[in-house]
Amino acid sequence: MIPIAHYLFLSAALFGIGLVIIITKKNAIVVLMGIELILNAANLNLIAFSQYDPTLIQGQSFALFVIIIAAAEAAVALAIILKVYHFYNTSVLHEVHNLGD
Amino acid sequence: MIFQQVVFYCFAATAIISALAILTTRNVLYAAFLLMITFLSIAAIYVFAAAEFIAIAQIMVYVGGILVLMVFGVMLTNRISGAAVTTGNHHRFWGLFIGISFFTLICTVIIKANFGQLPWIMSGRETYTAPVGTAINNIGIKLMTDFILPFEIAAIILLLALLGAAFVARKPQKN
Repeated sequence: MIPIAHYLFLSAALFGIGLVIIITKKNAIVVLMGIELILNAANLNLIAFSQYDPTLIQGQSFALFVIIIAAAEAAVALAIILKVYHFYNTSVLHEVHNLGD
Repeated sequence: MIFQQVVFYCFAATAIISALAILTTRNVLYAAFLLMITFLSIAAIYVFAAAEFIAIAQIMVYVGGILVLMVFGVMLTNRISGAAVTTGNHHRFWGLFIGISFFTLICTVIIKANFGQLPWIMSGRETYTAPVGTAINNIGIKLMTDFILPFEIAAIILLLALLGAAFVARKPQKN
């Protein structure tokens, strides 16, 4: 078996890269990609620990719900980005200044 | 055993390299396709952790659903048709600083905590047998007994997200 620490290191690397993407990128869709990377890193941790209790697979069930929430979040976030684009004619985050019209 | 490890580290390296390429590329469409490579290699790593159902769900939901949605988003927020959609960077120093410091923090905690020596993981490794058949049967029973409440709530959340996304993204009505 592959040692559990290696799964955790991989997950930590993906989390760090996702965090840097969220902070540095200007386009809203790329920021969304960073959020998806962080959710995947969390899923990797859950599944890595879940392989040590094959009868009571709580980690895998929880990872399934994380995937469901990620799908719902991506759909709503992209709808909001489309609305913002129609209103401001841009999807660059720091050009969007106020909420009202 | 050696072959397994080589394949695992190849997939891990692919995931990290393509995630880093998302960070460095300026083209948003390239970033979407690099994200697909990352998701597929993470799905392969799920198979190594004996979670084949989650791997298939990952491929179907992320690569088949979320990524297509994102490519649609890139196409629909394209101001000049024909030109490549690019993204700039800002706060480079603080972004890299926070990312690297979080990574080193988590790695230090992993090394200090020494998860391989936890009692339940030790016992799990001693009683470990190579998986016979699949865990899908087990997951189905768990979803319908222990996790029935979160399962039903997830159904309602998906319905609400569908309605909400369609409502938010609709064309403004003229009356």
